Amino acid sequence: MKIAVCIKRVPEMELRFSIASDRKSLDQTGLKYEISDFDGYALEVALQLVEKAGSGEVVAISVGPDGVQETLRKALAMGAARAVQLKADHVPFDGFATATALAAELKAGGYDLLLFGRMAADTASGIVGPMTAELLDLPCVTAISHLELAGGRGTARRDLEGASETVQFPLPAVLTIDEGIARPRLATLKGIMAAKKKPLDVRPAQLGKVSLTVESMALPPERAGGKIVGEGPDAVPELVRLLRTEAKVL
Amino acid sequence: MGATFAFAESRDGALRKVAFETVTAARRTADGSGGGEVHALLLGAPGIAAKAEELGRYGADLVIVVEDPGLERYSPEVFAASAAERIRTGGYRAAFFSASAQGRDLAPRTAARLGVSLASDVTEFEMRGDAVVVRHPAYTGKVIATMRLAGAPAVVSLRPGAIAAVEQARSPRVEQAAPAMAPSAARVVVTETSQRAGAKLDLGEAPVIVSGGRGLRAAENFKLVEDLAAAFGNAAVGATRAVTDDGWRPATDQIGQTGRVVSPELYVAVGISGAIQHLAGMRTAKTIVAINKDKDAPIFKIADYGIVGDVFEVVPRLTEEVRKARGH
Ligand SMILES: Cc1cc2nc3c(=O)[nH]c(=O)nc-3n(C[C@H](O)[C@H](O)[C@H](O)COP(=O)(O)OP(=O)(O)OC[C@H]3O[C@@H](n4cnc5c(N)ncnc54)[C@H](O)[C@@H]3O)c2cc1C
Ligand SMILES: Nc1ncnc2c1ncn2[C@@H]1O[C@H](COP(=O)(O)O)[C@@H](O)[C@H]1O
Repeated sequence: MKIAVCIKRVPEMELRFSIASDRKSLDQTGLKYEISDFDGYALEVALQLVEKAGSGEVVAISVGPDGVQETLRKALAMGAARAVQLKADHVPFDGFATATALAAELKAGGYDLLLFGRMAADTASGIVGPMTAELLDLPCVTAISHLELAGGRGTARRDLEGASETVQFPLPAVLTIDEGIARPRLATLKGIMAAKKKPLDVRPAQLGKVSLTVESMALPPERAGGKIVGEGPDAVPELVRLLRTEAKVL
Repeated sequence: MGATFAFAESRDGALRKVAFETVTAARRTADGSGGGEVHALLLGAPGIAAKAEELGRYGADLVIVVEDPGLERYSPEVFAASAAERIRTGGYRAAFFSASAQGRDLAPRTAARLGVSLASDVTEFEMRGDAVVVRHPAYTGKVIATMRLAGAPAVVSLRPGAIAAVEQARSPRVEQAAPAMAPSAARVVVTETSQRAGAKLDLGEAPVIVSGGRGLRAAENFKLVEDLAAAFGNAAVGATRAVTDDGWRPATDQIGQTGRVVSPELYVAVGISGAIQHLAGMRTAKTIVAINKDKDAPIFKIADYGIVGDVFEVVPRLTEEVRKARGH
């Protein structure tokens, strides 16, 4: 079982963000980075599948500047066998450009599965996985929360609004991973030591043409909110009055 | 004047609310640029053509209907092939999908087949010549990105609920078309769609959401939340990850960064602290009400109206008052 996992390095979302002076990007001062949350789940799924199969390898791939090497080392420490940095000074917001670079790398890799996160925490787009699948003409199931493999085929579940779908597909395939399927393991000290010796290849990213560009970024307007109507059940009638007359939602 | 494309989502033979939103967006685009036509694509099992009139109510001039017994359920490859073929041959400037669960699967596949990019999960948009300028909440909603997508065509998926459906009735022409590939040739097959028990109103479609957090202390106390939702009559029930992790509610009820992103008219947060990952899923709600016993809980910073108090005392009272206000 040979599995590629595409992981993105993103800023930690808990931190306070401010906009850089170009008004088009985040101010990098004080930002810390981590693996995007769903990509961590995807990596865990890959590691478990290879462990279960008893043979094979997990390859972690990331498009980005040299900073992504830290993220890739973390994936190696968790158990990936090797890693590939597709080097680009700047990762475009345009998911098609990134998908083009990943497709070029993954094309001749001989993978049984290509795993992605359901969406990256920074772009919140959820498009790179299915676009890569289309570029490679591979079967694809997105946002899966359950997976079973047997005899070269897979069955996955994906959640819809108020319902869920069971989906069957042949391997090789592209899957994008939703939450709830597996919690990423913590790297052990042994894993961290081993990761230092694992191969991390660096190749230039063959990004596609960029047609989606950021014009500006802004922090969302502060909600004017913060009105405490009162304390305890006695405040309820006033709340209901405000909902009816001011917010007009009742 | 070129036409504008809208994908009309359906499930179990009925149109979804988001279908009216994509048609509305396409209508607005056409009217804003001299009044081209709106073409809606509708796929489904035989009989789905009967729904074309409904799309006309929101401004579709032409409904392209693809009926096939193999399309009773969503078929990712057949839908994407059919949408891509139609968009390619139709010469559209812009194509609108919904960023619903189905649309999030379909729109990127379709765009990639067309060899173009996609502006995903858009909350506002405006055409500028052949390009579209969009707004999209990024970085778990902590940053609003304004982006320009050069069109050829411009493919956009709209956050459900962000563009309100507006009626602009006309009687649409209906054109029957064949699927761009045989459904039996699809590699990826949806074998079952199961309705979730108890999910009456979907989180993405409900005008009101009542959401519960760890402050409720136990699964059985979600009855308080359910009763309040029932009193509103048009409400769905949501939850925090603390609650879904503990199994008090199914994972599909989770709202936030790793759950559903919702924009209801009214969001009532019951015993929820307001962690950043939760706010990521609901901060675009029109009105937010919070009930929490801790006056310093972060949820109060974004709530329009807050009550500091014990949910076990405040919520039953609120349920009673809402019931009265609703007249039942
Ligand atoms: C990568 C990542 C992703 C995440 N994604 C999500 C996500 O998608 N959605 C999500 O919700 N969370 C998410 N989380 C978790 C998030 O950080 C919080 O832990 C979670 O939202 C807290 O849920 P809560 O508000 O129910 O619980 P708590 O934070 O424990 O808050 C409970 C609140 O109830 C109040 N309370 C207690 N008793 C009462 C009472 N009797 N009456 C009134 N108030 C009372 C308390 O004052 C407190 O404010 C994520 C975390 C991480 C690290
Ligand atoms: N720069 C990148 N390097 C590696 N994988 C990426 C990159 N950008 C996106 N991905 C993958 O694509 C998924 C979806 O990203 P997005 O479409 O931007 O939301 C992520 O969860 C990753 O698995």
